[in-house]
Amino acid sequence: MADLKKKRMLTDKIFKVIFLIFISLGLVVLAALIYDIVSKGMVMLDWEFFTRFDSRFPEKAGIKAGLFGTIYVIGLMIPITFFVGTATAIYLEEYAPKNKLTDLIKLNIANLAGIPSIIYGMLGLGVFVRYLNMGRSVLAGALTLSLLVLPVVIVSAQEALKSVPDSLRNASYALGANHWHTVYKVVLPSALPSILTGFILAISRAIGETAPLIMMGALTFVMFTPQGIMDSFTVIPIQIFNWTSLPKVEFELVAASGSLLLLILLFILNGLATFIRYKYSRK
Amino acid sequence: MKKITALLFVLALVVMAVLPISAAAEELEGTIKIDGSSTVYPVTQAMAEEFSYENPRVRVTVGVSGSGGGFAKFNVGETDLSNASREIKESEAEIAAENGIEFTQFIVGYDGITVAVHPENDWANDMTVEELKMIWEPNSSVETWSDVRDDWPDEEIDLYGPGADSGTFDYFTEAINGEGGASRSDFTASEDDNVLVRGISGNKYALGYFGYAYYEENSEKLKAVAVNGVLPNPETIAAKEYTPLARPLFVYAKNSAVQRPEVEAFLKFYFKNAQEIIPQVGYAPLPSYEEAMAKVEELAK
Repeated sequence: MADLKKKRMLTDKIFKVIFLIFISLGLVVLAALIYDIVSKGMVMLDWEFFTRFDSRFPEKAGIKAGLFGTIYVIGLMIPITFFVGTATAIYLEEYAPKNKLTDLIKLNIANLAGIPSIIYGMLGLGVFVRYLNMGRSVLAGALTLSLLVLPVVIVSAQEALKSVPDSLRNASYALGANHWHTVYKVVLPSALPSILTGFILAISRAIGETAPLIMMGALTFVMFTPQGIMDSFTVIPIQIFNWTSLPKVEFELVAASGSLLLLILLFILNGLATFIRYKYSRK
Repeated sequence: MKKITALLFVLALVVMAVLPISAAAEELEGTIKIDGSSTVYPVTQAMAEEFSYENPRVRVTVGVSGSGGGFAKFNVGETDLSNASREIKESEAEIAAENGIEFTQFIVGYDGITVAVHPENDWANDMTVEELKMIWEPNSSVETWSDVRDDWPDEEIDLYGPGADSGTFDYFTEAINGEGGASRSDFTASEDDNVLVRGISGNKYALGYFGYAYYEENSEKLKAVAVNGVLPNPETIAAKEYTPLARPLFVYAKNSAVQRPEVEAFLKFYFKNAQEIIPQVGYAPLPSYEEAMAKVEELAK
Protein backbone atom coordinates (compact mmCIF):
# COMPACT_ATOMS: atom_id res chain seq x y z
CA MET A 1 0.00 0.00 0.00
CA ALA A 2 2.67 2.44 1.05
CA ASP A 3 4.68 1.26 -1.93
CA LEU A 4 1.86 2.06 -4.33
CA LYS A 5 1.46 5.50 -2.84
CA LYS A 6 5.19 6.14 -3.15
CA LYS A 7 5.05 5.09 -6.78
CA ARG A 8 2.15 7.41 -7.48
CA MET A 9 3.92 10.29 -5.78
CA LEU A 10 6.98 9.55 -7.88
CA THR A 11 4.98 9.57 -11.15
CA ASP A 12 3.47 12.81 -10.05
CA LYS A 13 6.90 14.33 -9.48
CA ILE A 14 8.31 12.99 -12.74
CA PHE A 15 5.50 14.49 -14.76
CA LYS A 16 5.79 17.76 -12.95
CA VAL A 17 9.46 17.92 -13.92
CA ILE A 18 8.71 16.94 -17.52
CA PHE A 19 6.10 19.67 -17.86
CA LEU A 20 8.45 22.17 -16.29
CA ILE A 21 11.15 21.25 -18.79
CA PHE A 22 8.78 21.75 -21.72
CA ILE A 23 7.49 25.09 -20.60
CA SER A 24 10.97 26.37 -19.86
CA LEU A 25 12.12 25.18 -23.29
CA GLY A 26 9.49 27.40 -24.86
CA LEU A 27 10.28 30.29 -22.56
CA VAL A 28 14.03 30.05 -23.12
CA VAL A 29 13.62 30.11 -26.89
CA LEU A 30 11.21 33.03 -26.62
CA ALA A 31 13.57 34.93 -24.33
CA ALA A 32 16.50 34.28 -26.66
CA LEU A 33 14.52 35.54 -29.66
CA ILE A 34 13.33 38.65 -27.85
CA TYR A 35 16.84 39.34 -26.56
CA ASP A 36 18.22 38.97 -30.08
CA ILE A 37 15.64 41.30 -31.62
CA VAL A 38 15.92 43.89 -28.88
CA SER A 39 19.72 43.94 -28.81
CA LYS A 40 19.98 44.20 -32.59
CA GLY A 41 16.90 46.36 -33.01
CA MET A 42 18.02 49.02 -30.56
CA VAL A 43 21.16 49.79 -32.59
CA MET A 44 19.31 51.56 -35.38
CA LEU A 45 16.15 52.52 -33.54
CA ASP A 46 15.69 56.23 -33.03
CA TRP A 47 12.99 58.76 -33.68
CA GLU A 48 14.19 59.25 -37.25
CA PHE A 49 13.47 55.62 -37.95
CA PHE A 50 9.78 56.46 -37.77
CA THR A 51 9.94 59.68 -39.76
CA ARG A 52 12.04 58.55 -42.71
CA PHE A 53 11.19 56.52 -45.76
CA ASP A 54 13.17 53.50 -46.87
CA SER A 55 16.60 54.15 -48.31
CA ARG A 56 19.39 52.25 -49.97
CA PHE A 57 21.65 53.34 -47.10
CA PRO A 58 20.90 51.31 -43.97
CA GLU A 59 21.61 54.25 -41.65
CA LYS A 60 19.07 56.37 -43.54
CA ALA A 61 16.39 53.73 -43.90
CA GLY A 62 13.14 54.34 -42.05
CA ILE A 63 9.79 52.62 -41.65
CA LYS A 64 7.44 55.58 -42.26
CA ALA A 65 5.90 54.14 -45.44
CA GLY A 66 5.35 50.74 -43.81
CA LEU A 67 4.04 52.16 -40.56
CA PHE A 68 1.49 54.37 -42.30
CA GLY A 69 0.59 51.59 -44.72
CA THR A 70 -0.07 49.24 -41.83
CA ILE A 71 -2.12 51.86 -39.96
CA TYR A 72 -4.28 52.60 -43.03
CA VAL A 73 -4.79 49.00 -44.05
CA ILE A 74 -5.57 47.80 -40.54
CA GLY A 75 -7.64 50.92 -39.80
CA LEU A 76 -9.81 50.15 -42.80
CA MET A 77 -9.87 46.44 -42.06
CA ILE A 78 -11.08 46.79 -38.46
CA PRO A 79 -14.57 48.20 -39.13
CA ILE A 80 -15.13 45.92 -42.15
CA THR A 81 -14.15 42.82 -40.21
CA PHE A 82 -15.95 43.76 -37.02
CA PHE A 83 -19.33 44.47 -38.58
CA VAL A 84 -19.31 41.65 -41.11
CA GLY A 85 -17.88 39.17 -38.61
CA THR A 86 -20.17 39.97 -35.70
CA ALA A 87 -23.25 40.25 -37.91
CA THR A 88 -22.51 36.87 -39.48
CA ALA A 89 -22.02 35.26 -36.09
CA ILE A 90 -25.26 36.79 -34.73
CA TYR A 91 -27.21 35.57 -37.72
CA LEU A 92 -25.77 32.07 -37.55
CA GLU A 93 -26.26 31.69 -33.79
CA GLU A 94 -29.43 33.67 -33.11
CA TYR A 95 -31.50 33.78 -36.29
CA ALA A 96 -30.55 31.03 -38.72
CA PRO A 97 -32.89 28.03 -38.73
CA LYS A 98 -31.24 24.97 -37.21
CA ASN A 99 -30.95 22.79 -40.29
CA LYS A 100 -28.38 21.00 -42.43
CA LEU A 101 -27.63 24.06 -44.56
CA THR A 102 -26.75 26.18 -41.51
CA ASP A 103 -24.55 23.38 -40.20
CA LEU A 104 -22.83 23.14 -43.57
CA ILE A 105 -22.15 26.88 -43.62
CA LYS A 106 -20.79 26.77 -40.06
CA LEU A 107 -18.56 23.85 -40.93
CA ASN A 108 -17.22 25.64 -43.98
CA ILE A 109 -16.44 28.79 -42.05
CA ALA A 110 -14.53 26.76 -39.50
CA ASN A 111 -12.61 25.10 -42.34
CA LEU A 112 -11.78 28.44 -43.94
CA ALA A 113 -9.92 29.39 -40.78
CA GLY A 114 -7.34 26.73 -41.62
CA ILE A 115 -6.53 27.79 -45.17
CA PRO A 116 -2.97 29.06 -45.75
CA SER A 117 -2.86 32.83 -45.94
CA ILE A 118 -1.23 32.94 -49.37
CA ILE A 119 -4.42 31.49 -50.87
CA TYR A 120 -6.27 34.56 -49.63
CA GLY A 121 -3.59 36.65 -51.33
CA MET A 122 -4.32 34.93 -54.64
CA LEU A 123 -8.04 35.42 -54.09
CA GLY A 124 -7.44 39.11 -53.35
CA LEU A 125 -5.32 39.47 -56.50
CA GLY A 126 -7.93 37.78 -58.67
CA VAL A 127 -11.08 39.30 -57.22
CA PHE A 128 -10.25 42.72 -55.76
CA VAL A 129 -7.15 43.79 -57.71
CA ARG A 130 -8.04 42.51 -61.17
CA TYR A 131 -11.76 41.65 -61.43
CA LEU A 132 -13.11 44.55 -59.37
CA ASN A 133 -10.31 46.72 -60.72
CA MET A 134 -9.29 48.16 -57.38
CA GLY A 135 -5.62 47.98 -58.29
CA ARG A 136 -2.93 47.29 -55.71
CA SER A 137 -4.61 49.67 -53.31
CA VAL A 138 -5.08 50.10 -49.59
CA LEU A 139 -8.72 49.09 -50.08
CA ALA A 140 -7.82 45.86 -51.86
CA GLY A 141 -5.27 45.09 -49.14
CA ALA A 142 -7.75 45.76 -46.34
CA LEU A 143 -10.40 43.58 -48.00
CA THR A 144 -7.91 40.76 -48.55
CA LEU A 145 -6.85 40.84 -44.91
CA SER A 146 -10.51 41.00 -43.86
CA LEU A 147 -11.19 37.80 -45.77
CA LEU A 148 -8.18 36.23 -44.12
CA VAL A 149 -9.25 36.94 -40.53
CA LEU A 150 -13.04 36.80 -40.93
CA PRO A 151 -13.34 33.04 -40.37
CA VAL A 152 -11.43 33.34 -37.09
CA VAL A 153 -13.49 36.35 -36.03
CA ILE A 154 -16.77 34.64 -36.91
CA VAL A 155 -15.90 31.40 -35.15
CA SER A 156 -14.76 33.15 -31.97
CA ALA A 157 -17.85 35.39 -32.00
CA GLN A 158 -20.05 32.31 -32.45
CA GLU A 159 -18.41 30.66 -29.46
CA ALA A 160 -18.90 33.82 -27.44
CA LEU A 161 -22.62 33.96 -28.32
CA LYS A 162 -23.05 30.28 -27.59
CA SER A 163 -21.61 30.70 -24.13
CA VAL A 164 -24.35 33.14 -23.15
CA PRO A 165 -26.74 31.04 -21.02
CA ASP A 166 -30.25 30.54 -22.41
CA SER A 167 -31.74 31.59 -19.08
CA LEU A 168 -30.74 35.18 -19.91
CA ARG A 169 -32.52 35.04 -23.24
CA ASN A 170 -35.62 33.49 -21.67
CA ALA A 171 -35.68 36.11 -18.93
CA SER A 172 -35.60 38.82 -21.58
CA TYR A 173 -38.43 37.23 -23.54
CA ALA A 174 -40.41 36.84 -20.33
CA LEU A 175 -40.19 40.59 -19.85
CA GLY A 176 -41.76 41.09 -23.26
CA ALA A 177 -38.66 41.95 -25.29
CA ASN A 178 -38.61 40.92 -28.93
CA HIS A 179 -35.88 38.93 -30.67
CA TRP A 180 -33.70 41.83 -31.79
CA HIS A 181 -34.03 43.57 -28.45
CA THR A 182 -32.95 40.44 -26.67
CA VAL A 183 -29.94 40.02 -28.94
CA TYR A 184 -28.89 43.64 -28.80
CA LYS A 185 -29.55 44.43 -25.13
CA VAL A 186 -28.93 41.10 -23.42
CA VAL A 187 -26.95 38.61 -25.48
CA LEU A 188 -24.45 40.93 -27.15
CA PRO A 189 -23.38 42.87 -24.06
CA SER A 190 -22.66 39.68 -22.18
CA ALA A 191 -20.82 38.13 -25.14
CA LEU A 192 -18.91 41.27 -26.08
CA PRO A 193 -15.73 40.78 -24.01
CA SER A 194 -15.10 37.39 -25.63
CA ILE A 195 -16.03 38.70 -29.09
CA LEU A 196 -13.59 41.58 -28.71
CA THR A 197 -10.82 39.37 -27.40
CA GLY A 198 -11.10 37.07 -30.40
CA PHE A 199 -11.35 40.08 -32.68
CA ILE A 200 -8.23 41.79 -31.36
CA LEU A 201 -6.21 38.58 -31.55
CA ALA A 202 -7.31 38.28 -35.18
CA ILE A 203 -6.12 41.82 -35.86
CA SER A 204 -2.76 40.95 -34.34
CA ARG A 205 -2.50 38.14 -36.83
CA ALA A 206 -3.39 40.43 -39.73
CA ILE A 207 -0.72 42.97 -38.76
CA GLY A 208 2.02 40.37 -39.04
CA GLU A 209 0.88 38.94 -42.38
CA THR A 210 3.24 39.35 -45.32
CA ALA A 211 2.51 36.61 -47.82
CA PRO A 212 -1.04 37.52 -48.91
CA LEU A 213 -0.13 41.19 -49.30
CA ILE A 214 2.96 40.43 -51.37
CA MET A 215 0.82 38.10 -53.45
CA MET A 216 -1.85 40.72 -54.08
CA GLY A 217 0.89 43.18 -54.97
CA ALA A 218 1.67 45.48 -52.09
CA LEU A 219 4.88 47.23 -52.97
CA THR A 220 8.36 47.01 -51.64
CA PHE A 221 9.74 50.50 -52.13
CA VAL A 222 7.50 53.51 -51.74
CA MET A 223 8.50 56.97 -50.65
CA PHE A 224 5.09 58.29 -49.75
CA THR A 225 2.29 57.57 -47.33
CA PRO A 226 -1.10 56.60 -48.75
CA GLN A 227 -3.28 59.61 -49.52
CA GLY A 228 -6.44 57.75 -50.45
CA ILE A 229 -7.88 54.30 -50.09
CA MET A 230 -7.06 53.69 -53.76
CA ASP A 231 -3.36 54.45 -53.22
CA SER A 232 -0.60 51.88 -53.35
CA PHE A 233 1.14 51.03 -50.12
CA THR A 234 3.58 48.84 -48.27
CA VAL A 235 3.35 47.43 -44.73
CA ILE A 236 5.83 46.83 -41.90
CA PRO A 237 6.29 43.06 -42.43
CA ILE A 238 7.01 43.54 -46.14
CA GLN A 239 9.66 46.12 -45.33
CA ILE A 240 11.25 43.77 -42.79
CA PHE A 241 11.16 40.93 -45.30
CA ASN A 242 12.79 43.10 -47.94
CA TRP A 243 15.53 44.38 -45.62
CA THR A 244 16.55 40.85 -44.67
CA SER A 245 17.05 40.01 -48.34
CA LEU A 246 19.25 42.97 -49.27
CA PRO A 247 22.99 42.50 -49.85
CA LYS A 248 24.21 45.04 -47.28
CA VAL A 249 24.70 43.28 -43.94
CA GLU A 250 23.69 46.36 -41.92
CA PHE A 251 20.14 46.00 -43.20
CA GLU A 252 19.83 43.07 -40.79
CA LEU A 253 19.93 45.62 -37.98
CA VAL A 254 17.33 47.76 -39.71
CA ALA A 255 15.16 44.67 -40.11
CA ALA A 256 15.59 43.97 -36.40
CA SER A 257 14.39 47.50 -35.59
CA GLY A 258 11.35 46.88 -37.78
CA SER A 259 10.70 43.59 -35.99
CA LEU A 260 10.98 45.33 -32.65
CA LEU A 261 8.38 47.89 -33.71
CA LEU A 262 6.07 45.12 -34.90
CA LEU A 263 6.59 43.27 -31.62
CA ILE A 264 5.72 46.38 -29.61
CA LEU A 265 2.58 46.94 -31.70
CA LEU A 266 1.51 43.35 -31.08
CA PHE A 267 2.21 43.62 -27.35
CA ILE A 268 0.04 46.72 -27.18
CA LEU A 269 -2.81 45.02 -29.03
CA ASN A 270 -2.64 41.86 -26.94
CA GLY A 271 -2.47 43.97 -23.80
CA LEU A 272 -5.57 45.80 -24.98
CA ALA A 273 -7.35 42.48 -25.51
CA THR A 274 -6.53 41.37 -21.98
CA PHE A 275 -7.57 44.74 -20.57
CA ILE A 276 -10.93 44.74 -22.34
CA ARG A 277 -11.71 41.21 -21.29
CA TYR A 278 -10.81 42.03 -17.68
CA LYS A 279 -12.75 45.27 -17.60
CA TYR A 280 -15.96 44.04 -19.19
CA SER A 281 -16.10 40.67 -17.50
CA ARG A 282 -16.14 42.30 -14.07
CA LYS A 283 -19.26 44.28 -14.86
CA MET B 1 -21.79 48.00 -26.53
CA LYS B 2 -23.23 51.22 -27.89
CA LYS B 3 -20.02 53.04 -27.12
CA ILE B 4 -17.96 50.49 -28.99
CA THR B 5 -20.26 50.48 -31.99
CA ALA B 6 -20.15 54.26 -32.10
CA LEU B 7 -16.39 54.22 -31.69
CA LEU B 8 -15.97 51.84 -34.59
CA PHE B 9 -18.29 53.89 -36.78
CA VAL B 10 -16.30 57.01 -35.98
CA LEU B 11 -13.08 55.15 -36.74
CA ALA B 12 -14.48 54.06 -40.09
CA LEU B 13 -15.52 57.61 -40.92
CA VAL B 14 -12.17 59.04 -39.85
CA VAL B 15 -10.30 56.59 -42.05
CA MET B 16 -12.53 57.49 -45.00
CA ALA B 17 -12.15 61.20 -44.33
CA VAL B 18 -8.40 61.17 -43.77
CA LEU B 19 -7.95 59.43 -47.08
CA PRO B 20 -9.40 61.70 -49.74
CA ILE B 21 -8.49 60.80 -53.27
CA SER B 22 -6.34 63.86 -53.61
CA ALA B 23 -4.59 65.48 -56.50
CA ALA B 24 -3.19 68.96 -57.02
CA ALA B 25 -1.54 70.18 -60.18
CA GLU B 26 1.94 71.67 -60.02
CA GLU B 27 5.41 70.90 -61.41
CA LEU B 28 6.27 67.28 -62.27
CA GLU B 29 3.91 64.75 -60.76
CA GLY B 30 2.34 61.39 -61.29
CA THR B 31 3.06 57.81 -60.41
CA ILE B 32 5.70 55.57 -61.96
CA LYS B 33 5.10 51.89 -61.33
CA ILE B 34 8.10 49.58 -61.50
CA ASP B 35 8.39 45.90 -60.67
CA GLY B 36 10.61 42.93 -61.51
CA SER B 37 14.02 41.46 -60.82
CA SER B 38 15.52 41.41 -57.34
CA THR B 39 18.98 41.74 -58.92
CA VAL B 40 18.13 45.05 -60.58
CA TYR B 41 16.07 46.21 -57.60
CA PRO B 42 18.98 47.85 -55.70
CA VAL B 43 19.85 49.98 -58.76
CA THR B 44 16.31 51.09 -59.48
CA GLN B 45 15.60 51.60 -55.78
CA ALA B 46 18.64 53.90 -55.53
CA MET B 47 17.47 55.85 -58.58
CA ALA B 48 13.91 56.07 -57.27
CA GLU B 49 15.18 57.33 -53.93
CA GLU B 50 17.39 60.06 -55.39
CA PHE B 51 14.73 60.99 -57.96
CA SER B 52 12.11 61.34 -55.22
CA TYR B 53 14.26 63.85 -53.34
CA GLU B 54 14.38 66.04 -56.44
CA ASN B 55 10.78 65.47 -57.52
CA PRO B 56 8.77 64.94 -54.34
CA ARG B 57 5.47 65.03 -56.21
CA VAL B 58 6.35 62.09 -58.41
CA ARG B 59 5.66 58.82 -56.70
CA VAL B 60 7.95 56.08 -57.80
CA THR B 61 7.02 52.62 -56.55
CA VAL B 62 9.31 49.63 -56.90
CA GLY B 63 8.17 46.07 -56.34
CA VAL B 64 10.21 42.85 -56.28
CA SER B 65 8.70 39.83 -57.97
CA GLY B 66 11.54 38.42 -60.05
CA SER B 67 12.24 39.06 -63.74
CA GLY B 68 9.45 36.70 -64.78
CA GLY B 69 6.96 38.00 -62.23
CA GLY B 70 7.77 41.54 -63.32
CA PHE B 71 7.10 40.78 -66.98
CA ALA B 72 3.81 39.13 -66.03
CA LYS B 73 2.64 42.51 -64.70
CA PHE B 74 4.39 44.57 -67.38
CA ASN B 75 2.86 42.62 -70.25
CA VAL B 76 -0.69 43.29 -69.15
CA GLY B 77 0.02 46.99 -68.69
CA GLU B 78 0.05 47.09 -64.89
CA THR B 79 3.54 48.61 -64.66
CA ASP B 80 5.41 51.34 -66.58
CA LEU B 81 8.92 49.96 -66.24
CA SER B 82 10.11 46.43 -65.62
CA ASN B 83 13.43 45.42 -64.05
CA ALA B 84 14.95 42.29 -65.55
CA SER B 85 18.20 40.40 -65.22
CA ARG B 86 17.59 38.59 -68.51
CA GLU B 87 16.09 39.46 -71.87
CA ILE B 88 12.36 39.21 -72.33
CA LYS B 89 11.37 35.77 -73.63
CA GLU B 90 9.56 35.38 -76.91
CA SER B 91 6.55 33.92 -75.17
CA GLU B 92 6.43 36.94 -72.89
CA ALA B 93 6.81 39.42 -75.73
CA GLU B 94 3.88 37.74 -77.48
CA ILE B 95 1.64 38.36 -74.50
CA ALA B 96 2.70 42.02 -74.50
CA ALA B 97 1.86 42.26 -78.20
CA GLU B 98 -1.56 40.70 -77.62
CA ASN B 99 -2.26 43.38 -75.04
CA GLY B 100 -1.04 46.13 -77.32
CA ILE B 101 1.99 46.94 -75.15
CA GLU B 102 4.92 48.28 -77.14
CA PHE B 103 8.14 48.41 -75.20
CA THR B 104 11.80 49.37 -75.41
CA GLN B 105 14.72 47.55 -73.87
CA PHE B 106 17.48 49.45 -72.05
CA ILE B 107 20.71 47.94 -70.79
CA VAL B 108 21.50 49.72 -67.52
CA GLY B 109 24.67 47.93 -66.45
CA TYR B 110 26.44 44.62 -66.03
CA ASP B 111 26.46 42.04 -63.30
CA GLY B 112 28.81 39.10 -62.96
CA ILE B 113 27.14 36.00 -61.60
CA THR B 114 29.58 34.94 -58.94
CA VAL B 115 30.38 31.32 -58.15
CA ALA B 116 31.20 31.28 -54.46
CA VAL B 117 32.58 28.75 -52.00
CA HIS B 118 33.47 28.75 -48.30
CA PRO B 119 36.58 30.85 -47.46
CA GLU B 120 38.35 27.77 -46.04
CA ASN B 121 37.93 25.96 -49.32
CA ASP B 122 41.58 25.98 -50.49
CA TRP B 123 41.24 23.73 -53.52
CA ALA B 124 38.61 25.30 -55.78
CA ASN B 125 40.33 28.52 -56.90
CA ASP B 126 39.63 28.31 -60.56
CA MET B 127 37.04 26.27 -62.39
CA THR B 128 36.31 25.88 -66.05
CA VAL B 129 32.90 26.26 -67.61
CA GLU B 130 32.98 22.52 -68.35
CA GLU B 131 33.53 21.71 -64.70
CA LEU B 132 30.65 23.98 -63.68
CA LYS B 133 28.51 22.28 -66.29
CA MET B 134 29.45 18.86 -64.91
CA ILE B 135 28.18 19.99 -61.51
CA TRP B 136 25.03 21.83 -62.56
CA GLU B 137 23.72 20.01 -65.64
CA PRO B 138 20.43 18.13 -65.34
CA ASN B 139 20.90 14.61 -63.94
CA SER B 140 24.46 15.47 -63.01
CA SER B 141 26.37 12.54 -61.55
CA VAL B 142 28.60 14.81 -59.46
CA GLU B 143 28.09 14.10 -55.77
CA THR B 144 31.47 14.90 -54.25
CA TRP B 145 34.24 17.36 -55.00
CA SER B 146 36.46 14.49 -56.15
CA ASP B 147 33.92 13.75 -58.88
CA VAL B 148 34.95 17.07 -60.43
CA ARG B 149 38.71 16.77 -60.08
CA ASP B 150 40.42 13.70 -58.75
CA ASP B 151 42.71 15.52 -56.34
CA TRP B 152 39.85 17.43 -54.70
CA PRO B 153 38.46 16.11 -51.40
CA ASP B 154 36.14 13.17 -51.36
CA GLU B 155 33.41 15.18 -49.64
CA GLU B 156 29.85 15.81 -50.71
CA ILE B 157 29.24 19.15 -52.46
CA ASP B 158 26.49 21.16 -50.82
CA LEU B 159 24.88 23.16 -53.64
CA TYR B 160 23.06 26.48 -53.41
CA GLY B 161 21.37 28.47 -56.17
CA PRO B 162 18.54 30.87 -56.88
CA GLY B 163 15.02 29.61 -57.53
CA ALA B 164 13.41 29.13 -60.93
CA ASP B 165 11.60 32.51 -60.96
CA SER B 166 14.94 34.27 -60.88
CA GLY B 167 16.64 35.77 -63.92
CA THR B 168 19.98 34.77 -62.39
CA PHE B 169 18.92 31.14 -62.58
CA ASP B 170 17.82 31.52 -66.20
CA TYR B 171 21.04 33.24 -67.22
CA PHE B 172 23.37 30.88 -65.38
CA THR B 173 21.73 27.74 -66.75
CA GLU B 174 21.78 29.23 -70.25
CA ALA B 175 25.46 30.23 -70.02
CA ILE B 176 26.71 27.09 -68.31
CA ASN B 177 24.35 24.29 -69.33
CA GLY B 178 23.47 25.70 -72.73
CA GLU B 179 19.75 25.84 -72.08
CA GLY B 180 17.87 28.36 -69.96
CA GLY B 181 16.14 26.64 -67.06
CA ALA B 182 17.95 23.31 -67.49
CA SER B 183 19.56 22.48 -64.18
CA ARG B 184 19.93 19.68 -61.71
CA SER B 185 17.22 20.09 -59.15
CA ASP B 186 18.74 18.62 -55.99
CA PHE B 187 20.19 21.85 -54.64
CA THR B 188 19.03 24.31 -52.01
CA ALA B 189 17.11 26.95 -53.95
CA SER B 190 16.08 30.33 -52.57
CA GLU B 191 14.88 33.58 -54.10
CA ASP B 192 16.51 35.29 -51.14
CA ASP B 193 20.21 35.61 -51.96
CA ASN B 194 21.12 36.13 -48.30
CA VAL B 195 19.90 32.60 -47.62
CA LEU B 196 22.38 31.37 -50.23
CA VAL B 197 25.17 33.48 -48.69
CA ARG B 198 24.42 32.09 -45.24
CA GLY B 199 24.26 28.53 -46.54
CA ILE B 200 27.58 28.73 -48.35
CA SER B 201 29.38 30.52 -45.53
CA GLY B 202 28.22 27.81 -43.13
CA ASN B 203 29.62 24.76 -44.91
CA LYS B 204 33.22 24.21 -45.96
CA TYR B 205 32.12 21.97 -48.84
CA ALA B 206 29.41 24.24 -50.22
CA LEU B 207 29.21 25.89 -53.63
CA GLY B 208 26.65 28.27 -55.02
CA TYR B 209 26.02 31.23 -57.31
CA PHE B 210 24.30 34.64 -57.17
CA GLY B 211 24.70 38.24 -58.28
CA TYR B 212 28.04 39.99 -57.70
CA ALA B 213 26.55 42.57 -55.28
CA TYR B 214 25.89 39.84 -52.72
CA TYR B 215 29.45 38.56 -53.00
CA GLU B 216 30.93 42.02 -52.61
CA GLU B 217 28.94 42.75 -49.46
CA ASN B 218 29.90 39.40 -47.96
CA SER B 219 33.41 38.97 -49.33
CA GLU B 220 34.88 38.18 -45.88
CA LYS B 221 32.47 35.27 -45.47
CA LEU B 222 32.85 33.86 -48.97
CA LYS B 223 35.46 33.11 -51.59
CA ALA B 224 34.81 33.77 -55.26
CA VAL B 225 35.90 31.11 -57.74
CA ALA B 226 37.59 32.28 -60.92
CA VAL B 227 35.78 31.07 -64.02
CA ASN B 228 38.08 30.12 -66.90
CA GLY B 229 40.84 31.94 -65.01
CA VAL B 230 39.05 35.24 -64.49
CA LEU B 231 37.82 36.46 -61.11
CA PRO B 232 34.71 38.62 -61.07
CA ASN B 233 35.24 42.27 -60.15
CA PRO B 234 33.80 45.49 -61.57
CA GLU B 235 36.66 45.84 -64.08
CA THR B 236 36.54 42.31 -65.50
CA ILE B 237 32.74 42.46 -65.59
CA ALA B 238 32.60 45.80 -67.40
CA ALA B 239 35.34 44.76 -69.83
CA LYS B 240 33.42 41.52 -70.49
CA GLU B 241 36.52 39.50 -69.64
CA TYR B 242 34.49 37.63 -67.07
CA THR B 243 32.71 35.44 -69.56
CA PRO B 244 30.33 33.77 -69.87
CA LEU B 245 28.86 34.85 -66.54
CA ALA B 246 28.93 38.63 -67.00
CA ARG B 247 25.42 39.54 -68.01
CA PRO B 248 23.57 42.71 -68.86
CA LEU B 249 20.90 44.09 -66.55
CA PHE B 250 17.81 45.51 -68.18
CA VAL B 251 15.05 47.97 -67.65
CA TYR B 252 12.11 47.61 -70.01
CA ALA B 253 9.97 50.66 -70.63
CA LYS B 254 6.44 50.78 -71.95
CA ASN B 255 6.64 53.17 -74.92
CA SER B 256 3.37 54.89 -74.15
CA ALA B 257 4.53 55.52 -70.58
CA VAL B 258 7.71 57.30 -71.73
CA GLN B 259 5.42 59.88 -73.34
CA ARG B 260 4.47 60.96 -69.84
CA PRO B 261 6.85 63.70 -68.68
CA GLU B 262 7.52 62.15 -65.26
CA VAL B 263 8.57 58.81 -66.78
CA GLU B 264 10.76 60.55 -69.33
CA ALA B 265 12.38 62.58 -66.56
CA PHE B 266 12.92 59.47 -64.45
CA LEU B 267 14.61 57.55 -67.26
CA LYS B 268 16.85 60.50 -68.07
CA PHE B 269 17.72 60.81 -64.41
CA TYR B 270 18.45 57.07 -64.37
CA PHE B 271 20.94 57.20 -67.23
CA LYS B 272 22.50 60.48 -66.11
CA ASN B 273 23.35 59.03 -62.70
CA ALA B 274 24.00 55.42 -63.69
CA GLN B 275 27.75 55.86 -63.92
CA GLU B 276 27.89 57.12 -60.36
CA ILE B 277 25.26 54.97 -58.63
CA ILE B 278 25.62 51.56 -60.27
CA PRO B 279 29.15 50.91 -58.93
CA GLN B 280 27.91 51.86 -55.42
CA VAL B 281 25.38 49.07 -55.66
CA GLY B 282 28.04 46.56 -56.72
CA TYR B 283 27.54 46.35 -60.47
CA ALA B 284 29.46 47.66 -63.49
CA PRO B 285 28.04 50.58 -65.47
CA LEU B 286 28.11 50.97 -69.24
CA PRO B 287 30.96 53.12 -70.61
CA SER B 288 28.39 55.56 -71.98
CA TYR B 289 24.66 56.10 -71.71
CA GLU B 290 24.33 58.45 -74.66
CA GLU B 291 22.59 55.83 -76.74
CA ALA B 292 20.04 55.18 -73.99
CA MET B 293 19.47 58.91 -73.60
CA ALA B 294 18.87 59.25 -77.32
CA LYS B 295 16.35 56.40 -77.20
CA VAL B 296 14.43 58.11 -74.41
CA GLU B 297 14.42 61.40 -76.36
CA GLU B 298 13.12 59.57 -79.39
CA LEU B 299 10.34 57.82 -77.46
CA ALA B 300 9.26 60.95 -75.64
CA LYS B 301 8.67 62.88 -78.84
